[in-house]
Amino acid sequence: MNAATTITQREQLIIVGNGMVGHHCVEQLIEQGALNRFQVRVFGEERQRAYDRVHLSEYFSGSDAETLAMGAAGQYAEHGITLHLDEAVLQIDRERREVVTPAGRYAYDQLILATGSYPFVPPIQGCEGASRLVYRTLDDLDAIRAAAANARRGVVVGGGLLGLEAANALKSLGLEAHVVEFAPRLMPVQLDAEGGAALRAQIEALGVGVHLSRATQSVVAGEDYRYRMNFDGGEYLETDLIVFSAGIRPQDALGRSSGLDVAARGGVVIDSACRTSDPQIFAIGECASWNGSVFGLVAPGYSMARNVAAALAGRDASSFTGADMSTKLKLLGVDVGSIGDAHGATPGARSYRFIDEAGSAYRRLVVDASGKQVLGAVLVGDNSYYDTLLQYVQNGIALPADPAALILPQSGGAPALGADALPDSATICSCHNVSKGAICKAIDNGCGELGELKQQTKACTGCGGCAALLKQVFEHELIARGVSVDKSLCEHFAYTRQELYALVRVEGIQSFDEMLARHGRGHVGCDICKPTVGSILASCWNQPIMDPSLVPLQDTNDTFMANMQKNGTYSVVPRIPGGEITPDKLIVIGQVAKKYDLYTKITGGQRIDLFGAQLHELPAIWGELIEAGFETGHAYGKSTRTVKSCVGSTWCRYGVQDSVQMALTLEDRYKGLRSPHKLKFAVSGCTRECAEAQSKDIGVIATEKGWNLYICGNGGMRPRHAELFATDLDDAGLIRIIDRVLMFYIRTADKLQRTSVWRESLEGGLDYLKAVILDDSLGLGAELEAQMQLVVDRYECEWANALKDPEKLKRFRTFVNDQRPDPGVHFVRERGQRRPIGAAELHLIPTTEEVL
Amino acid sequence: MSLSNAAVNLQTQRWQTVCGRQDLVAQSGVVVWFEGRQVALFYLPGEDNPVFAIDNQDPKSGANVIGRGLVGHLKGELVVAAPLYKQHFSLNDGRCLEDEQQALQVWPVRLSGEQVEIGLA
Repeated sequence: MNAATTITQREQLIIVGNGMVGHHCVEQLIEQGALNRFQVRVFGEERQRAYDRVHLSEYFSGSDAETLAMGAAGQYAEHGITLHLDEAVLQIDRERREVVTPAGRYAYDQLILATGSYPFVPPIQGCEGASRLVYRTLDDLDAIRAAAANARRGVVVGGGLLGLEAANALKSLGLEAHVVEFAPRLMPVQLDAEGGAALRAQIEALGVGVHLSRATQSVVAGEDYRYRMNFDGGEYLETDLIVFSAGIRPQDALGRSSGLDVAARGGVVIDSACRTSDPQIFAIGECASWNGSVFGLVAPGYSMARNVAAALAGRDASSFTGADMSTKLKLLGVDVGSIGDAHGATPGARSYRFIDEAGSAYRRLVVDASGKQVLGAVLVGDNSYYDTLLQYVQNGIALPADPAALILPQSGGAPALGADALPDSATICSCHNVSKGAICKAIDNGCGELGELKQQTKACTGCGGCAALLKQVFEHELIARGVSVDKSLCEHFAYTRQELYALVRVEGIQSFDEMLARHGRGHVGCDICKPTVGSILASCWNQPIMDPSLVPLQDTNDTFMANMQKNGTYSVVPRIPGGEITPDKLIVIGQVAKKYDLYTKITGGQRIDLFGAQLHELPAIWGELIEAGFETGHAYGKSTRTVKSCVGSTWCRYGVQDSVQMALTLEDRYKGLRSPHKLKFAVSGCTRECAEAQSKDIGVIATEKGWNLYICGNGGMRPRHAELFATDLDDAGLIRIIDRVLMFYIRTADKLQRTSVWRESLEGGLDYLKAVILDDSLGLGAELEAQMQLVVDRYECEWANALKDPEKLKRFRTFVNDQRPDPGVHFVRERGQRRPIGAAELHLIPTTEEVL
Repeated sequence: MSLSNAAVNLQTQRWQTVCGRQDLVAQSGVVVWFEGRQVALFYLPGEDNPVFAIDNQDPKSGANVIGRGLVGHLKGELVVAAPLYKQHFSLNDGRCLEDEQQALQVWPVRLSGEQVEIGLA
């Protein structure tokens, strides 16, 4: 290294820790322009790059490490930042200004500690392995998942915020969950006694055991479960696993070993500029102690990160002056909010309380001695009051004449402090410290779309708790600027799907062009509105989707009546009603698959999927299938897919009804029904539920007396158990109710909304739906049934229809001017069948085409 | 340089017939084999130049599927949505609306009587 380059070289900045705060610091360094001055190197102890710990429990309900990850995979590299994952810093050599890892030594000019915290596990005799789990990292969660296999019950020690999150995680793993708390109430930091009691009642109602004022003395082998936890006083609780979530401790080991000042209660001591006792070293987030306090929330950590980044970028940095510890959460599905002085600890503070013992709701408003300012609040059961109350506290807004009104139930929903009442300085997003003024400025600069606003200002991209408030401010500001708020489907229709549905029905609209001409803009439409309107038209009038006016509306799978796969070939799924098939038909499927060399796989819906057909092969394949008596399976449509069934009373010694016959009846009735999203059904012949009906949109389970109907279940990414809707129905009654439920769904759901999400978004919930469908409270019953009958009467197999019409078959040509197949489709053989060649394999074979 | 269907029409010297008008599907796409390339033809009767020719290969998936995409009108221009990942390409210049890195070649194209012709550059 020569002298000349040394002068121009950037200084070395090392960040120890790649958690949420460490990552935020990197983003801020990038954004504030500090990379001109520093070469940045980041060390993370974990294998994964920074991820969202706030939403950790989603790891068990559909998220994976990648969806939880913060920032894109290449983000650091893109900015020339070196990220060392799975490389723990062992030591800081302050004299030589180097950090030491197992891989070597790295010099620094400035160092930022962002090592976070670790879970505190009280010393309890006999705790080890599955009785000493913690809930902090993805690896911890993998350990919990492993321990949960073959387990029935799980206990969380600690009834605070994280403990309840952990209980939720155990619940989503299918365990019976219990919470053991040392204090006499849940969430002792955030809630007062009444709030804790209300939360306990709600959580117990969800089937989670709550054990308060219990100190665990020892853990021994259990009798009915793996372990027994012995409490003081002689009581015990048995369990298969124990997760400790009894609090966090600052991860300050590096600070201690390198001789930095450490606070009495832990945490590397920092000043208001986040500097430690060594001016070259900063500490931010949960590893830092400011004024004797450690802040275990993401917002204060972000604000420290922001300040340090600004200082390093040479900008005016604001100093850290403590943090608002207000929190708003949904724990186990229960709203909990805590604002400011929730315990009324301020001298002279007085409280208003609202207690609803029937609904286990609780709200407390703490005001100052003068009765003019809000000091704090506690909310359990309904967080719709939170945003307004927080604004009162944060902005010192004067209380209204009747302060109690702020927490009393309102017939029209929670009282909202109009967005216009907020001063420009009001913080909307505390994670990223975005003020109302910053949002208004972005709108003034032309930002007219909510997603864009989030992207530009970063508001609502942290914990997401400010989503509702942000939307309110955004819409209010747009209206104030004379812009109408856009709830449009797309740029061509200023209507929601539900409104378009009503227009189609009321005006009897039969085509997209008619719809566009009467209610839309332009003369073309787009890939959002065309399939949506196409689906509504099909739901209402059920004309063949291959009609010339309807073809251009369908998404590509509907257009070609097959499912496009990643290499542009299609899969073909003939209908196999109820999963029942004759040997002869099975042979035909085999023969067709063999003839066209199709990859063959059994589906989850008791059908057979044939993959790898090219466009021009589809008519011939379907010709042979239809010849043998098959119909289209509509696997390509947002429509009825399958009715799965068990063999029922015909064969099974337990069966109490003929589930196959019922499955055939249902599949025959609803086949081809177009809906906002796909529909899956199942019929089980007895309560053993072998057809898994409770995970379907429509689930039917036989009883001694008839059928029980379950609705709005879902498998997939967000599993949801179907809910029992009606019991002991006869065949005709069952079909009548399904007719009504499905048509009501088609009428009121949003586009691409599965029944599960639709049901959850229904105001009034299951009771409302029962009133509409079973008690006919809206007087719609007969109309819904008639609409369904029209659709049923007009059914025809789309493939049979298309094969009769040479005009429609014209489209099924790979090239309209050449007989060759697509030369870009390549297969390899694997396990006796062909499959698409992978991108990595593809470059090994010569290609004739150049990619642009 | 991005070629506009409209602009190039005037400059092009030679035209090659690729298919007939009856092979096209209104408001939708078909694919022709043209000089060793796969070219998607979209037919929008009512537009001044009702036929658009654009590369059939989707740069994101590598699959030859653009011709099977849905036609639309977004932010003032005619587009096709790629069927697999739904990114939009301008029918006029092949530009991707969501990602500057992606672009499709476009060709000058015209109806000549009942014939569809692509221009040879």
